[in-house]
Amino acid sequence: MTTPAIRNDWAVMAIFTVAVLTAPLWLAPIGANYPDLLQKFAIFGIFAIGFNILFGLTGYLSFGHAVFLGVGSYTAVWSFKLLTMNVIPAVILGTVMGGVFAVLIGYVSLRRSGIYFSILTLAFAQMSYNLAYSVLTPITNGETGLQLTQQDPRILDGPAGEGLPSTTLFGLEMSGYSGFYFCAVMLILAFYISLRIFRSPFGLKLQAIKSNQTRMKYTGFNTKPYLLVAFVISGMFAGLAGSLMAVTDPLAGAERMQWTASGEVVLMTILGGTGTLIGPLLGVGIIKYFENIFSALNEATLHAFFSFMPDWLANVMVAISSQFVGEGWHLTLGVLFMLVVIFLPGGVMEGIRRMTAAVRNLSKQKPTELEPKEAEG
Amino acid sequence: MSENNIVLSIKGVNKTFGGLQALGDINLEIEEGKTHAIIGPNGAGKSTLLNVCIGRLVPDTGTVEFAGKNMIGMQPHDINHAGMVRVFQTPEIFPDLTVLQNVMVPALAKRDGIFKFNAFSSLSAENNIEEEAAQMLDDLGLGAIKTHQAGSMSRGDKRRLELCMGLIQHPRLLLLDEPTAGMARHDTNRTVELLKEIKERGMTKIIIEHDMHVVFSLADKISVLAQGRIIASGTPDEIRGNPKVQEAYLGGAEL
Repeated sequence: MTTPAIRNDWAVMAIFTVAVLTAPLWLAPIGANYPDLLQKFAIFGIFAIGFNILFGLTGYLSFGHAVFLGVGSYTAVWSFKLLTMNVIPAVILGTVMGGVFAVLIGYVSLRRSGIYFSILTLAFAQMSYNLAYSVLTPITNGETGLQLTQQDPRILDGPAGEGLPSTTLFGLEMSGYSGFYFCAVMLILAFYISLRIFRSPFGLKLQAIKSNQTRMKYTGFNTKPYLLVAFVISGMFAGLAGSLMAVTDPLAGAERMQWTASGEVVLMTILGGTGTLIGPLLGVGIIKYFENIFSALNEATLHAFFSFMPDWLANVMVAISSQFVGEGWHLTLGVLFMLVVIFLPGGVMEGIRRMTAAVRNLSKQKPTELEPKEAEG
Repeated sequence: MSENNIVLSIKGVNKTFGGLQALGDINLEIEEGKTHAIIGPNGAGKSTLLNVCIGRLVPDTGTVEFAGKNMIGMQPHDINHAGMVRVFQTPEIFPDLTVLQNVMVPALAKRDGIFKFNAFSSLSAENNIEEEAAQMLDDLGLGAIKTHQAGSMSRGDKRRLELCMGLIQHPRLLLLDEPTAGMARHDTNRTVELLKEIKERGMTKIIIEHDMHVVFSLADKISVLAQGRIIASGTPDEIRGNPKVQEAYLGGAEL
C-alpha cells in the first residue's frame, strides 16, 4: 500500500523539478522565456501555493495575504541595508517576519470564520498598507519606497564600493537567469513542502475542517491551532515570495500590500483550481502571462497577425481584438475569469480533469461496442 | 450501593429556551457497561439532554459528571477525549472526504489528541489507522464503498458511517441519537445486531430511539422523558407495565 503512493510523490516531484528548471526552453515558443517574467512566475507561484494551503485546505478565504508579501519585501531590503547583500539572510528573515505577522493577524482574525474572517484580514491588510504610508515612514520610507543607498552600513559586507551594490548569492549576482534559478529552487522547495502537507495526516485534518468544522470539534480536535498553523505557514510562503521580489529588485513599496495584490492571489488560485496542487501555479501562469504578454500587444502586432485576411476583415478584427490587448488586457482576463467560474467552478484543473475523463471514455468506447456487458463491471 | 459503577451522573439539570422549559430537574445515572435507553414523545427534550452532555448546550443549573469529572463548561474536544462520544441525529459527517477518510479522521483524533502537527509524515504510511478504519467499515457493511465520496451516500449509509466514526474511537460512553431512524428494516436489524455485539464488548451506551423494537431488544434500563421531565425509570419490564408511561407516551396503548 505504502510504496506506490510514495513513489508516486517522488515522480510528481521529479516531473515538477524538470518542468521548472527547463521553463526557459519550453516557454520560448509563447515568448514567455525572459528572466523577468520567469521570476514573476516563480515568485507568485510560491505566493499562490502558500495561499492555497490556507484557502484550498481549510476553506478560510484570506483577503489580506499581500501584507505578508509586503512584510517579506521590507524585511529583505532592510537585511540588504543593514547586514549584507547576500540573499540567504534576506530570504530567511523575510520568511520569518511573514510568519511573525501571520501569528499576530491570524490569532485575531481566526476568531471568526466565513465572510467575517475575510473582512478582518482585509481590514488588517488595508491598515498595514496605510500605516506603511504614514506613521511607519521611518521604516518603510513612505511613498518613495525603501531603497538601497550608499550610506547603508551593511555590517557583514564592509564598506560599499562604487555605485549601488547588487544582490548576490555568495558572490553570484542575482540578475537575469541566475536570479530566476534561485527563485526556481525556492519554488521547487515550496512545492515540495506543500505536497507533503497535502498528503499528510495534518493535511487530511485541515480538509476535514473545511468539510465540517463542527464535526471536527466533536471528533476531539481543537480546530483553532490547526487553522492558525495553516495560516502561519501560508503567511511564511508569502513572506518568502515578498523577499524574493526584493532579491530580484532590491526595493520595497507599500503598494505591494494593497488589497488589489491580495485579490490577485485569490483570482490566481480560483482560476487555476482551489485545493489542487498544481492549480494555483496554472492560475499564476495565466494571469502573469496575460499581464506581461497581452498588455505588450498593440494594433501593429494585431495587423500583422490578421494580415492573411482581406483588408476590410482584418480592420474589423483588429478593431474588435484591440479592445482586449494592450491597456485592455484586464478585459481579457475578466472575461476568462467569468467563463472559468461559470463553466468550470473547479478552475482550469477541473477542465483538465473533464478532458482526460472524456478522452478515457472515448478510448473505452470501442470495446463497449463489441461487448456492452463487459464494460459495466 | 455501587457508586463506582456510575459512569455518567446527571444531577438537577434545568434548561429553558425563552419561556419553554426544555429540561426540568433531570437526575439520571448511567451504569458502566449498560445500555440505557431514553424514550419519549417528540419535543420531550431527549436531544437537548444529549446536547447538555457533550457540551453543545450549557444547562441553567445542575451538573453533569462523567467518570467523576464535571463536564459543564468543558470544550467539546475535551469531552470527546474524556471518553464521551456522540452520534448525531442528522448525520454529521465530512461530505467532501471519502468514506474511508471519514473514519480515519476520528481514528487520528484518538491517536493524535486535540492537536498534533504531523504535516511531514505521510498519510499513506498510516497503515494501522487505515486498516483499523477499513476493518470498521467492513464490519458495518460499508467496505465496498470506502473510496466513494461520503456526501454522495444514502441517508441510511451516512448514519452507519457516523456510527463507524463513533465506534472507532472506542469511547467509554457512546451517545446514540436515533441510530436507526431513516434506515430500512434490514439495515435496522443489522445495526441492532452490531449494537448488541458492542454491548458484549462492554461499551456503555445511551440510546435515544423511537423504534420500540430496537429499544426493547437493546436496553438494560429505560428512562421515559415527557415535557422535559423524567416520568419513569426502570428495567424494560417495569416500563412496559407502567401505566404513567403508557398514558404520557403512548396515549394508553398497550406496549
